[in-house]
Amino acid sequence: MNQTSQDKLSGTGCTVLLVDDDEDFLFQASTRLRHDGYTVLEAQGQAAAEELLPTAQFDVAVLDLMMEHMDSGFVLCHRIKRKHPKVPVLLVTGVVGETGLEFDASTAEERRWIRADVLLAKPVRYEQLKGEIERLRALS
Amino acid sequence: MDTLRILIVDDEPGIRTAIARALRHYRVTLPEFHADFAVTLDQAATGEEALEKIAADPPDLMLLDHKLPGMSGVDVLERLAEQKAQVLTLMITAYASLETAVNATRRGAYNFLAKPFTPDELKAAIFEAVKHLAVQRQARRLADERRRVRFEFLSVVAHELKAPTSAIEGYLQMLQDRTLGNDLSAYGMVLDRALFRLDSMRKLLADLLDLTRIESGQKRRELQEVDVQDVARGAVELAAEQGAPRGITVTLTDGEPVSMQADRGEIELILANLLSNALKYNRDGGRIDVTIRRLVDKVELRVADTGIGLSDEDKARLFGEFVRVKNEQTRHIEGSGLGLSIVRKLANLYGGETGVQSELGVGSCFWVRV
Repeated sequence: MNQTSQDKLSGTGCTVLLVDDDEDFLFQASTRLRHDGYTVLEAQGQAAAEELLPTAQFDVAVLDLMMEHMDSGFVLCHRIKRKHPKVPVLLVTGVVGETGLEFDASTAEERRWIRADVLLAKPVRYEQLKGEIERLRALS
Repeated sequence: MDTLRILIVDDEPGIRTAIARALRHYRVTLPEFHADFAVTLDQAATGEEALEKIAADPPDLMLLDHKLPGMSGVDVLERLAEQKAQVLTLMITAYASLETAVNATRRGAYNFLAKPFTPDELKAAIFEAVKHLAVQRQARRLADERRRVRFEFLSVVAHELKAPTSAIEGYLQMLQDRTLGNDLSAYGMVLDRALFRLDSMRKLLADLLDLTRIESGQKRRELQEVDVQDVARGAVELAAEQGAPRGITVTLTDGEPVSMQADRGEIELILANLLSNALKYNRDGGRIDVTIRRLVDKVELRVADTGIGLSDEDKARLFGEFVRVKNEQTRHIEGSGLGLSIVRKLANLYGGETGVQSELGVGSCFWVRV
């Protein structure tokens, strides 16, 4: 392995659970995360993620909000936090921009009901996604 | 029930009382507008008082005496016009000369009531005025509704374009960052997916153009004798080529020429959309049967497939805009969700009908009668 790719392997030793019903986002994000050294568990949708949850071990979860249901991301979020309270969860959503439904996870009060540690608005740039994953790993 | 607020403006207390008595229990019912109005009354003795009351709380209708002490009825109308405060007005006048009539209507009066009038004449005049109001209100409601529908349509279009745009952007970024290394051959999947999303965007744009052309009526229709059987032959040939790689056979049931007055391009578009769906939602090795036949006063086009079929719930909403059936089997099938909406709009141009028979897992048969 050459020096440049060595520098990028910041994700070594970290497993990311990536859940999104958008095939393209799933492919792009998982390819890039793996390229940066992360181990990635992929699930295309809430149902697929629920199958993985009982056995999966991961360090960070990245969840789309609207999948099979309007609140798929919220539901998964609660499940994950109940089983793995220490695992940080990123919730990715297009909701704020598209429906004008506004919520945030910046205060403790909001995080209490949303349960996610960070909300990211779609479209998410990969650098931003990776930055947030790294920030949460450093905190936990 | 709505209320209809009427302001009576007359300097003679006797007239005001007589009008009030005649209208006290009057109700205006307009079945064609689903409207039912109960009348509530207010009175003013002078033009000045009327203007004050209108400024404070504008009525729906004003019965305005022409001849008042102080400012006249026409003066009141003039003042209201200056203030851009429109109130539907019935002018009451003892001497209905042509001059007064012209003068008052020019200033915005809706109609006249010549003194002396009977309670029935009064009610008839009010009935006409209320009908006018109801038409105005309905026109306003329709305009609002149209604006809302257009806005909704635009936001769905924006959303439908946004998803592939960010997907393609993501793939291009992978190339730009050389995420998979410097060897281009590693990017096969990246390029395939990007081109696939671009292709579906292109199809969405083409469908949008078809739809707006039909809706705006901008496209010149060329109605002439068209043999629908012949149009179907061409469409089936094209579909057969597209279906061949997946082993789907497309056949046209033999039949006599079926000619009708139609725009050839429109018939082609109907068949192309139906066939495109029949291919997309078919199983590999499946069949598509196209049948054209003459009914009593219409021509029927049927496209039957051996695809995944439809649930009753999906059948009901299928012809709407941007409706796509979403389930495990359709996840990898791309489409704008506009095809059947285009088919229905085209059929409407012929006063036609559209419909579908379908069984889950067996297949669907779409028909259009034009």
